[in-house]
Amino acid sequence: MDFPSYYLDHLAGGRLIIGLIATLHVLINHPLAVGAYPLLTWMEWWAHKNNRPDVDHLAYRITFVVFIVTTTVGAMTGVGIWLSTSLFAPFAIGSLLRVFFWGWFSEWLVFISEVALIMWWFLTWKKADTPEKKRKHIKIGVALSIMSWLTMALIVAVLGFMMKPGEWNQTRAFWDAMTNPLYLPQLGFRTFFALMTGSVFLWFASFFFTKKKSALNPDPRGLREWIVYRLSHVVLISLLGTFLFGTWYWNAVPETMKANSSVALLTQEFMNWHGQFQTLLGWTIIAFLVVGIGGLGSSFMIPRWALLIPSFMGIWLLGHFERAREFMRKPWVIGEYMYSNGVHKDELAFLQSEGLLKHATYVKHREITEANKAECGQDIFMLACSRCHSTTGLNGVIEKFTAMYGADKPWDSAGMQLFIKGMHQTRTFMPPFPGTDAEAGALVAYLQQLRANPQTLPGAQSAGIVIAPETTKPAMTAAAQPKR
Amino acid sequence: MNALLANTPIPRDLPLPLPVPEWVLVVCLVVFFLVHILFVNLMVGGSVFVVIAEWMGLKNKRWDALAHEIAQTVTVNKSLAVVMGIGPLLCINLLYTMQWYSANALTGHAWLLIVPLVIVAFLLTYLHKYTWDTWTSGGKKTLHQLIGIAAMLLFFFIPLIFLANVNLMMFPSEWEKVRGFFSSLSIGNVLPRYLHFMAASIAMTGLFLAGWFGRKNADLSHLDAFTRPELRRLFYKVCAYVTLGQFVLGPLLLFTLPSVGITTQVYVIIFSGAAVGLLTVLVLFGELKRDDTRIGSRYWLIVALFSFVVLGMGSGRHVYREAALAGHKAAIKDRTERYAAAVAEFNKNLAAAPAPAEQSAEQLFMNCAACHAPNVKLVGPPLTEIAQIYAGNPDGIVTWAKAPGKKRPELPQMPPMIHLGEANLRKLAELMLEKGAAAK
Repeated sequence: MDFPSYYLDHLAGGRLIIGLIATLHVLINHPLAVGAYPLLTWMEWWAHKNNRPDVDHLAYRITFVVFIVTTTVGAMTGVGIWLSTSLFAPFAIGSLLRVFFWGWFSEWLVFISEVALIMWWFLTWKKADTPEKKRKHIKIGVALSIMSWLTMALIVAVLGFMMKPGEWNQTRAFWDAMTNPLYLPQLGFRTFFALMTGSVFLWFASFFFTKKKSALNPDPRGLREWIVYRLSHVVLISLLGTFLFGTWYWNAVPETMKANSSVALLTQEFMNWHGQFQTLLGWTIIAFLVVGIGGLGSSFMIPRWALLIPSFMGIWLLGHFERAREFMRKPWVIGEYMYSNGVHKDELAFLQSEGLLKHATYVKHREITEANKAECGQDIFMLACSRCHSTTGLNGVIEKFTAMYGADKPWDSAGMQLFIKGMHQTRTFMPPFPGTDAEAGALVAYLQQLRANPQTLPGAQSAGIVIAPETTKPAMTAAAQPKR
Repeated sequence: MNALLANTPIPRDLPLPLPVPEWVLVVCLVVFFLVHILFVNLMVGGSVFVVIAEWMGLKNKRWDALAHEIAQTVTVNKSLAVVMGIGPLLCINLLYTMQWYSANALTGHAWLLIVPLVIVAFLLTYLHKYTWDTWTSGGKKTLHQLIGIAAMLLFFFIPLIFLANVNLMMFPSEWEKVRGFFSSLSIGNVLPRYLHFMAASIAMTGLFLAGWFGRKNADLSHLDAFTRPELRRLFYKVCAYVTLGQFVLGPLLLFTLPSVGITTQVYVIIFSGAAVGLLTVLVLFGELKRDDTRIGSRYWLIVALFSFVVLGMGSGRHVYREAALAGHKAAIKDRTERYAAAVAEFNKNLAAAPAPAEQSAEQLFMNCAACHAPNVKLVGPPLTEIAQIYAGNPDGIVTWAKAPGKKRPELPQMPPMIHLGEANLRKLAELMLEKGAAAK
C-alpha cells in the first residue's frame, strides 16, 4: 500500500481495533436501534389506543436509555469504524468510497434522518399532550423505525459488495451488491435477530422501571406482566425468523465460499467456523426459546439474570457471524480485485517481477544489499504482511513460523523463502507474496533477526516516515528486462 | 505551481476514477463542511457559555437557569455536528485520498482517540444536563460544575485533532519531520487557525442564541428573570465583540499561512469576505444601539451577511488548499499514470508470452520443499520417512495429498494439495519416493 503505515504491533497490526469498534457498534445498533425502536413505537401506540399512561411512561423511560446510548456510543462507534479503517486499510476504504459512493451517500442521508428523528421523538415525547399531537408523535416513531432499518439494509449491501466475487470490477455497479446471494439471508437474519434481542433488552430494562409504585405507575406488577407476556410473543416469532434466515445463510455460505476460493476448496478453518455457527445458532435459539416460553407462562418465572444468558449467547452468535464475513473475504479485501494487503490483482505479477521496494514510496532502500537486507525485510513486512500480522504479538509471524519450524532449533532460511513464495497455494486465505525472490529473502532475513532479537515494530504514527528517492531508471517492462 | 522539494513523498494514487465530477465534490465539500463546522461551533461555544453562566449562577440564580437552557441546545447540536460531519469527511476522502489518509496515519493515535474522546464528552454533556435539577447544592453542585468543565475541555481538545489533520495534509513536504500528533502541531500554522476557530465558535453561538431565545415563539418560562430584548442584546453583544476580535485573529491566520498556497485569488476572496465581515459588524453594532422594542429586527439580515462571510472564508480556504497541493496532486497523477502504463505494458507482454511449459517434477517440488526436506524433519516428516511409509505406493501419497488427515500430534496438519492436479501429484509422488530412497 502506498500510504504511511499506521501500525499497532501488539494488536495484530491493529485490525483488532476495527473489530472491537465494529462489534460494539453492531451490538448496540441491532437490539437498541433496529430492534427496540419499532417495539417502543408499538408500546406508545398501544398505550395511546387503550389509554394506559403507565405503558406510555414505561416506553418513555426505556427510550431515554436507548436515546442516550445510541446518540453517544452507538453513533460514534459507527463513525469509528470508518475512522479506524482509514488508519488500518486506507487502500480498501479509499477504493470502496470511490466505487460505492452513492451507497455511502444515501447511507449518510438516512443516518441524518435517523439522528434527527430520534432526537425529535424523544425530546418531544412529553410535549405531546393532546390526542392529535400524540398521533403525530407516534408517526415520528414509525418513521424512525423505518429509517434505522434502512440504515442497516444499506450497510449490509456495502458489506456484501466487498465479497461479491468477480463481477463488480467489470461492471462496478451499485446493484451488483444487492444481488449478492448472501444479501437477503443476511438482512433477514439481522432483522429478526435485532427484534429478538431488542425484545429481551426491553424486557430486561422493564425490571428496573417497574419496581416502585408511583403516580404514573400505579400497578408495577401488572405492568410488568403486561409487557413480559407480549415481549415473549415477539421473542418466539422473531426466533423463528432468526432460525430460518440463519439456516438459509448457513446453506448459502459454502456456495459463495467456493466461488470466492480460487482453488475451490474449503479450508479447515472455514469448516470449523461453519460447524460452530450451526451449533451456536442452535443453542442460541434454544436459550431464547426457553425464555420466550417462560415469559408466556408468568412474568415472574424468568428472573432478571436469566435474561443475560440468551443475550450473551446472542452476542456470541453475532460475533461469530461477523467473523465469517471477515474470513470469507480472505485473501481479498475486495473480492477478486484487491488483496488484504492492498495489492491489486492486476499488479501482482508486475510486482513479483519488478519488486515491491522499487515501486513503494515509504521505504528506506530500493536495492537490497547484504548490509541492508534485514532493514529491507522490515519494510517488506510493513508493506506485505503488517495489515494482518504482528511481529511477535497477536497473530504474529514469529508465532506462525514457530508452529511450523519449531521453537528449539534453527529455522532453515531457504525453506522459509520457498514457503513464503508458495504459501498462498497451500494456505488459500493468504495473499500471494507480492515481491521478488530477493525480497522474499530479505523478509526471511528480517524474520530471523526478529526471532533472535524480538523487537516491537513501530508504525508511522510514532516512528514517522522515510522516503527513499524514486529509482531514476524508467520502469522496466517484462520484455525489456534483462535476464538475471 | 510550486516546485516540489526532494523529500516530498509522491505516492501512487488508487487506480479508480472519482465517482462524480470533481467540481461536484468540491462544492459538496465546501458547503457540507460549513454546515458541519456551524454545529461544531455551536457545540463548542455552547459548552463555554454553559460553564460561564453556571458559574455566574452561584451568585444570581437567573444565570443558572440560563445555563440550563443553553445546555439543552448543546446536546442537540452535538449530535448534528457528528452526523453532518460525515458528508464532508466523505468528500475530503475522495478529493484528497493520498494526502488525507497520510495525515491520519501520521497522527494515528490521536486520530483513533477521537472515538472514545467524543463518546466521553457526549456522555458528560448528558450527565450534566440530566442531573441539573437534582445536583443543586453543596458538593454536588461543585461536582456538577466540574462535569460541565470536563465536557468543555474535551470539546476544546477534539477539534485540535481534526485541525492538525486538515493542516498537515496540505504540506506533504513536511511529512518526513512528523513523529506523531504533537509534533504535527508545529507544522503550518495550527495555533492561529485554532484561535480563529475558537473565536468563531463563541461568536456563532452568540448569534445562534440571540435568535434562539429571541424568536417569537421561544418558551422563556424558565427564564422569567430575563426579558426577551435583554437576552437578544446580551448574545448580540458577545457576537459583536468577538467578531471584532476576529479582525485581529483573521489576519494573524492569513499572514502565518505557509506561502506555498498563497495566490492573488486567495487574497481577493479572503479580503472580500473580510469586507462583508466589516459590514456585518457595523450592522451588528447598529442593532445594539436600538431600543428594546426594535432590537432583533435585523436578525435575518445579519445571518445572511454572516453566511456570505463564512462562504467566502470557506472558499478561500479551499482555494488555498488547492494551490498548496497543486504540485503534489500533479506529481501524484503523473506517477500514478506512469505506473499504470508500466503495469499495463507488463501484463500485455505477459499475456502475449507463450503459455508456460508443463512444470517438471523438480519445479513442482517447490510446493513441498518448504515443509519436507530430504532427511531432516522441518514442518512435516522428511522424505526418507515418507519413502519408507509409501515404498512402492506412490498412489498412497497422491490420495493423502488430496485430503490430508492429522496423524502426528506434534506437527501442524498438512493443507490439501488438490489444486496441483492429479497428474502433477502423481509425478511428485514418484519424485519424492526417488529422493527419499536416494537420501538414505
